[in-house]
Amino acid sequence: MLRPSTTLPRRGRGPLWRNPAIRALIVQAVLFLALAFFVGYLVHNTLVNLEARGIHTGFGFLEGRAGFAIPQTLIEYTSDSTYGKTFVIGLLNTLLVSALGIVAATIIGFLVGIARLSPNWLLARLATIYVEAFRNIPLLVQILFWYYAVLRALPSPRQSLSLFDAFFFNVRGMVMPDPQPLEGFSATPWALLIAIAAAILFGLFAKRRQANTGQALPVYWIGTAIIIGLPLIVFLATGLPLEWVIPEMTGFNFRGGINILPELLALWLALSIYTAAFIAEIVRSGILSVSHGQTEAARSLSLPEAITLRKIVIPQAMRVIVPQMTSQYLNLIKNSSLATAIGYPDLVAVFAGTTLNQTGQAIEIIAMTMAVYLVISLTVSFLMNLYNARTLLKER
Amino acid sequence: MTTDSTFRTQMIEAREAPDQSRGVLGWFRANLFNGPINSIVSIVVILLLARLVWPFLEWAVIDADWIGTAREACTGEGACWVFISARFESIVYGFYPEAARWRVDIVFALLAILVAWLAVPRMPRKKWVALFTLVVFPIIAFFLLVGGSFGLEYVPTRAWGGLMLTLTIAVVGIVGSLPLGIILALGRRSKMPFVKGVCVIFIEFWRGVPLITVLFMASVMLPLFVPGELDFDKLLRALIGIMFFWSAYMAEVIRSGLQAIGKGQNEAGQALGLSYWQRMGLIILPQALKLVIPGIVNTFIALFKDTSLVLIIGLFDLLAIIRAGLTDSNWLGFSTEGYVFAAAVFWIFCFSMSRYSQYIERRLNTGHKR
Repeated sequence: MLRPSTTLPRRGRGPLWRNPAIRALIVQAVLFLALAFFVGYLVHNTLVNLEARGIHTGFGFLEGRAGFAIPQTLIEYTSDSTYGKTFVIGLLNTLLVSALGIVAATIIGFLVGIARLSPNWLLARLATIYVEAFRNIPLLVQILFWYYAVLRALPSPRQSLSLFDAFFFNVRGMVMPDPQPLEGFSATPWALLIAIAAAILFGLFAKRRQANTGQALPVYWIGTAIIIGLPLIVFLATGLPLEWVIPEMTGFNFRGGINILPELLALWLALSIYTAAFIAEIVRSGILSVSHGQTEAARSLSLPEAITLRKIVIPQAMRVIVPQMTSQYLNLIKNSSLATAIGYPDLVAVFAGTTLNQTGQAIEIIAMTMAVYLVISLTVSFLMNLYNARTLLKER
Repeated sequence: MTTDSTFRTQMIEAREAPDQSRGVLGWFRANLFNGPINSIVSIVVILLLARLVWPFLEWAVIDADWIGTAREACTGEGACWVFISARFESIVYGFYPEAARWRVDIVFALLAILVAWLAVPRMPRKKWVALFTLVVFPIIAFFLLVGGSFGLEYVPTRAWGGLMLTLTIAVVGIVGSLPLGIILALGRRSKMPFVKGVCVIFIEFWRGVPLITVLFMASVMLPLFVPGELDFDKLLRALIGIMFFWSAYMAEVIRSGLQAIGKGQNEAGQALGLSYWQRMGLIILPQALKLVIPGIVNTFIALFKDTSLVLIIGLFDLLAIIRAGLTDSNWLGFSTEGYVFAAAVFWIFCFSMSRYSQYIERRLNTGHKR
């Protein structure tokens, strides 16, 4: 009787290495031994080298006094702080520029991506040129260009370019008004939180109402009105408890206001413009990926354009857009490490730069720096996998 | 025979197309001014272009200085390209000794011929040329560029620089990361848990960290990994880092291609009694790699752009050479020209690669699209 034989050849029939299971074991054992030997060799060399150079391993150096200044610190820091603190400062600066970059890149990217699909020939061409120009030029060139060719060419503080007499641009960066909360201001953020909660509740109510009665409420308009209106009323009722400190020219520099480093501006500009070019392509391909049949079906049900866009095109496009967008965000965070080329004090420039040079603890510092990026990447990929599993096309 | 008035018996004479939908004016109406919003957008875009593009053209071309050898030639209002032409040699060759530059030229020419051969679909014997490019060419290039044998003068990698270094890093990165990426991709799909685990960890590690930290690692940590007396070349260290880093990205691209090949292909190979490497090498990989050529080229583009990062660890690639020129006290204040030129060079390389990948995509994609 004929029977398809999918079982492994029995033992005793031919030599041992013909048995796939045993062969797999041998291959893995050889790979394991080779790797173990290689890693052991590296560790041995490293230990010998470290001893020869008199470097002590360990994380004790984090307690040491840093002794250098950092131009931008989001939390309290002096040169008397520890090396451990420089790690935190650098990390916060990395996160700051990444967050700013992600917001700006998303806005520009969506606008350009939609513009590429515009029926207006000129606008579509302009968007195409934007994408093709900026994504084919190395980010580092763009950062250096914005920093050295544009921001360094701005006038000295005395001849600052001003915008509305409140924002000033000069060679030392940008100075902008500094909001100072007065007494009673804390009511406004609370009002904002309450408003957001109320808007969410209202949204749930409207959904249930529509499910029961079939009547839709203008959820978005009313929600926006609540979120903007309530804090605004509270803010006005408590008597505008916010004072703007407008920067003023005194002597050779500005006094008052928030000073933004030119390094931050250059990095922010370059990161957002560069990443936006990629996001634009993602948005465009996402929208194009929604098959034409979907919009035709919506039209034949005589759904209005706005509903078609909001309930049919965008949710399906998002399934394509979101995963790729996340990987662009991760790229942006990783690319923010190019800060070190212009001296913006991010994690790599401060910690893997100055701190490494001062302490010589290369292994610990590089490992910590890489670990930060790895943790961010792996966390985001993990969340992304959850999202993908949730929004996966559910097929019968 | 019925003379029902519902039907005509004679053809209607052809009418002229409406005036407003023909010709240049019709095109303008249809594409730029069909409706109030579109008209406003068009006008805004035109004004924007007039504000941005014209001044740039004026600066870069019309008012620019092109001829001369020294700073004195920079008299015009616009860009002074003399800054570039005066140091063109060093931008191309770096600090490579002048007497030996013919060696670089030969390598450049050989590379150009091979790439053109591989890129043009009509050229025959692709497989052999590819093998030559991946195996023989690197050896020839190594002996020509490094020298020290066959009576050629030894040129240390310290002296390498400019476009030549950029291309060296890019080519070594590409030639190295492709095979490594293939092995990693196959390993990640392996059924052996240890092999798979090693490949997954390797790939996810390199993909999770920025290239800069990899280069830092290569420049400060790698020397600790080898016996102290071994002098580890700085360029070589950077190249190892770049190769590992990009092989992880390449592996993911190739894996997506492997996933697109139906299971039946592998099973058919098994039924014919082919070994694993025969099945992969003769059946799966040729199809999978063909599918992901655009993805591979995109990785090449990213790799090429990121070669500029080596300036951070002190290698003098194209960008670093131009930057070094900017600090020359004779030529202060030409950073715009320098960076615009660097951007243009990188752009030309990357844009042609991306165009090529689109062309290949169209060639391979027959049908299926509406």
